[in-house]
Amino acid sequence: MTVLTLNRKELEKNIGKITKEVEEKISMFGTPVESLTEEEISIEIFPNRPDVLSLQGFSRAFLAFMGKKPGLREYKVEKPEKDYKVTIDKTVKKVRPYTACAIVKNLKLTEEKIKELIDIQEKLHGSYGRNRKKLAIGIYPLEQIKLPITFLAKKPEEIKFQPLDFPKEINGRQILSQHPTGREYASLLKECEVFPVFEDGNSEILSMPPIINSDKTGKITENTKEVFIECSGFNKEYLAKTLNMVVCALSDIGGKIYGMEIIDKEKYLSPNLEPEKLNFSIENINKTLGLNLAEKEIIKNLEKMGIGYLKEKEQSIALIPCYRTDILHEIDLSEEVGIAYGYENFIPEIPQISTIGEEDKTSVLKRKISEALIGLGFIEISTYFLSTKEKQFKNIGIKDFKNEIIEVLDSKTENNILRTSLLSQSVNILSQSSDATYPQKLFELGRIFYSDEKSDTGIGEEESLCISMCDEAANFTEIKQALDYLMRMLDIKYEIREAENPSFITGRCGSIIVNNKPIGIIGEIAPFILKNNKIKMPVASLELDIENLMK
Amino acid sequence: MEKEQSEIKKIIESLSPNEVKLIPHLKEGNFEKLFEKTGMNKTAIVRSLEFLSNKGLIEIKTRKEQTVELGVNGLLYVKQGLPERKLSNLVSKKNSLTLAEAQKQSGLNENEFKASLGALKKRALISLVNGNIILSGKKEELVEKSLEERFLESLPKRLNDLKPEEKYALESLKSRREIVEVKEANMIEFSITKLGEQLVKNDFSHSNMIEGVTPALIKSEAWHGKKFRRYDITSPVPKIYGGKRHFVNQSTDYAKNIWLEMGFKEMTGNLAVSGFWNFDALFTAQDHPVREMQDTFFISNKKAKLPDKKLVDEIKKAHEGKIKGSRGWQYEWNEADAKKVLLRTHTTCISAQTLKKIAENKEFPAKYFALGKCFRNETIDATHGFQFNQTEGIVVDENANFRQLLGYLIEFFKKMGYEKIRIRPSYFPYTEPSLEIDVYHPVFKKWFELGGAGMFRPEVTIPFFGKHVPVLAWGPGFDRIIMEFFNITDFRDIYGNDITKLRETKFWSK
Repeated sequence: MTVLTLNRKELEKNIGKITKEVEEKISMFGTPVESLTEEEISIEIFPNRPDVLSLQGFSRAFLAFMGKKPGLREYKVEKPEKDYKVTIDKTVKKVRPYTACAIVKNLKLTEEKIKELIDIQEKLHGSYGRNRKKLAIGIYPLEQIKLPITFLAKKPEEIKFQPLDFPKEINGRQILSQHPTGREYASLLKECEVFPVFEDGNSEILSMPPIINSDKTGKITENTKEVFIECSGFNKEYLAKTLNMVVCALSDIGGKIYGMEIIDKEKYLSPNLEPEKLNFSIENINKTLGLNLAEKEIIKNLEKMGIGYLKEKEQSIALIPCYRTDILHEIDLSEEVGIAYGYENFIPEIPQISTIGEEDKTSVLKRKISEALIGLGFIEISTYFLSTKEKQFKNIGIKDFKNEIIEVLDSKTENNILRTSLLSQSVNILSQSSDATYPQKLFELGRIFYSDEKSDTGIGEEESLCISMCDEAANFTEIKQALDYLMRMLDIKYEIREAENPSFITGRCGSIIVNNKPIGIIGEIAPFILKNNKIKMPVASLELDIENLMK
Repeated sequence: MEKEQSEIKKIIESLSPNEVKLIPHLKEGNFEKLFEKTGMNKTAIVRSLEFLSNKGLIEIKTRKEQTVELGVNGLLYVKQGLPERKLSNLVSKKNSLTLAEAQKQSGLNENEFKASLGALKKRALISLVNGNIILSGKKEELVEKSLEERFLESLPKRLNDLKPEEKYALESLKSRREIVEVKEANMIEFSITKLGEQLVKNDFSHSNMIEGVTPALIKSEAWHGKKFRRYDITSPVPKIYGGKRHFVNQSTDYAKNIWLEMGFKEMTGNLAVSGFWNFDALFTAQDHPVREMQDTFFISNKKAKLPDKKLVDEIKKAHEGKIKGSRGWQYEWNEADAKKVLLRTHTTCISAQTLKKIAENKEFPAKYFALGKCFRNETIDATHGFQFNQTEGIVVDENANFRQLLGYLIEFFKKMGYEKIRIRPSYFPYTEPSLEIDVYHPVFKKWFELGGAGMFRPEVTIPFFGKHVPVLAWGPGFDRIIMEFFNITDFRDIYGNDITKLRETKFWSK
């Protein structure tokens, strides 16, 4: 989740006063308001709309949505001047194959604007750029650079420059270990034999993407009037779109965009700010939304979302702004129309289709079992599906559990294995409950896990039932009575055979057999386990697999 | 006067046998005297006094007072004697013996033995010479009960009443483990009221009262001409508790019933699933942040089998932008990520698996729901947990549309008791249009987010159906609803399983 925090006054200059209604409208635009104070507004931006992650981007989209400046916004690219060229050298192909570049002139930057510019960059890096993994943006004062530019890769030891906000010149490898930004993003380059760099016409290093700019050529100040912008990464289209988001925002504050010639295997101009054409059918949009909007209304709604419209030979064509990344398919236009139409204006409907409700068989069985046990005065507990080795095995006397462990990676809590029984869970609950009035009669119904090579995931799951009673009078007879009642009520024949189990007292522990198959265990919990778990009263328990009960 | 007399008569009829026993001694106004004269136990006296006070016969005042009582070990020692009793018995027989012998023969443990030595030495009854215990006092003194022993037998006592030598005994016992305890207790004082004095003048002996219905009474018909003792039917009774379902399951069962009523079939699925079903089949790009370890529980050393190759290929095509009309995510999809095993992050993976079945059997229109646990790699605190409940649903129908999606959701949340509902745009990789459901909280005067829904994208449906079939889908979280209803403010209480709290928790009712 990305939260965009904007200066309220600056935003109000663009979109007008933020009244209660406007606040509600911002949420209904798909950018919920997180907080609003006199000074600031924070709005949540979903990952599909990186283009609104800036004051300009948001203002542009929202002005259209309010119907104040609807329709496709056109952006002009001036022809490249002499030396407005970027060569992508083949050395960089293996590590960071593409870049999209532009020059923007005529800027009047204030401290506030520079802060915004850095903020756009950071927001795009974090969200759409997947923390610079996918792409990174660099902005340089053109005055400090000699064109043309080369994008190439060099051995890290041969890359020497003074990185931004660092006192001295160091090499590429050192940047990763010594510079704070270098350390933060070191994993993105560490494994590479060569590191990518931008060099200017004097072979001066401008930056080492995606890590850091040079201190000499990478600092935008209030005196900067013209900038060179590059976006480097792995997917040409993502780069082009990201560059478009930045240059359009700069154009919105008065910048003039100039093209650059990119010399790769072939030559092409960047940026391309032409809208993309997407064929669609008005009928499909209406069908998806359950509406019956005429062409005129569809056009009006698309325009509220900043999308243009064109008709060629009876084919409806949407003109998608060059900075939009979220229109993957015709279906996306129906949401655009839906948002513009206003989700609050849809009339909900429940259709007349005939289907018959049906509860899952195991759910039905679980409900019946709970009813029976509630009748006997048992309270249902519901515990975590993750547990610890300590709780799951050691605390109930199981020493040999290596093969039973199913571990999750990097858990943020101590709970890092899937539960393999419910018995351990209920012992744990009893251990925490010695203050509660006795008798304590508990049951739990829930999924447990085991390793199973035959299953698709290598993990088997079964619905288990555990019953425990903790009281001065709790003993084998009591727990067997509960089992016996349950089995009689469910009309299931069962028998108990003597069994040994480390959690139970020998001679007071049995295996529960149904259809000649062991499906569970029953007995009195061994006193050393009670003592170790600080349980003050005797405990009798059973655990059984309920899915095997009805088979 | 007459009125008072009939009042007194009524009270007399309602006196319990214990109260009757106490009444003659009330005038003395002394708790200890009641204890001595009636031989009743102290709790029974306290309870009966409360009842008498409820009837207006006495006035009770309680006063905080410190008392000295027996500790856990003290209770034992009153019966068996203090540990040094064992040692002194031994020494009085043998006159001299080694430390080792003494400890062994006395049967005392290390601590008790040391304490005993100290206690006897302090009284100058023994001395230690070269590791031998030698009797140094008079034998009679040794056999006599010690000050401490006499003190223990006299407990409980009020701290203020202790004589100087008892104070001394208290100090010496306090340093030993759990023999005595000084507790603050409520002392009861009472005085008889005017009404009480009036009553005593009457015959309150209950000679003509029946205490209760017994089998013998029914048989003998001995109730004729007699009265039953009146009960104070307004007095509170001790609490009892019944068995019950866990409150989370009570509420999910309720929700389940709503879906069943609306003609939905229940679908279930595994909690441990492959990345394929949890993410890939739902058009979630492989570099999406949710697929990182810091958000999702991946399971170590497991590799999932993928479904049939045809479906896998179609999903790959959807991601790579090779489905007609879609740009996809434009990257190279890889099988290894799909084979990772993880704990499902949403119940929507069950919907994906169900879509496969529905498509194979061509059984639509179809409506399915699921209610189940989901997981995310989170810490546990008041507002977070790694386990949560979701309610999932899909409607597969050629004619399904957005307005119907709103219809189902609003109906469901109305039945869940939410009147004011807001639907606003949202984003999920696998739905378009997407929406978020907010409900209005009348107390906080704020919208609360309950969860997401939408219509599955063609990139999700085409791999299963071979063409785009509209599917309405939703998966709002359930825990916020539960927390709100049960007034739970700390997430941890959902799975705390505190038995006392579970017993007290009200039933789900909407």
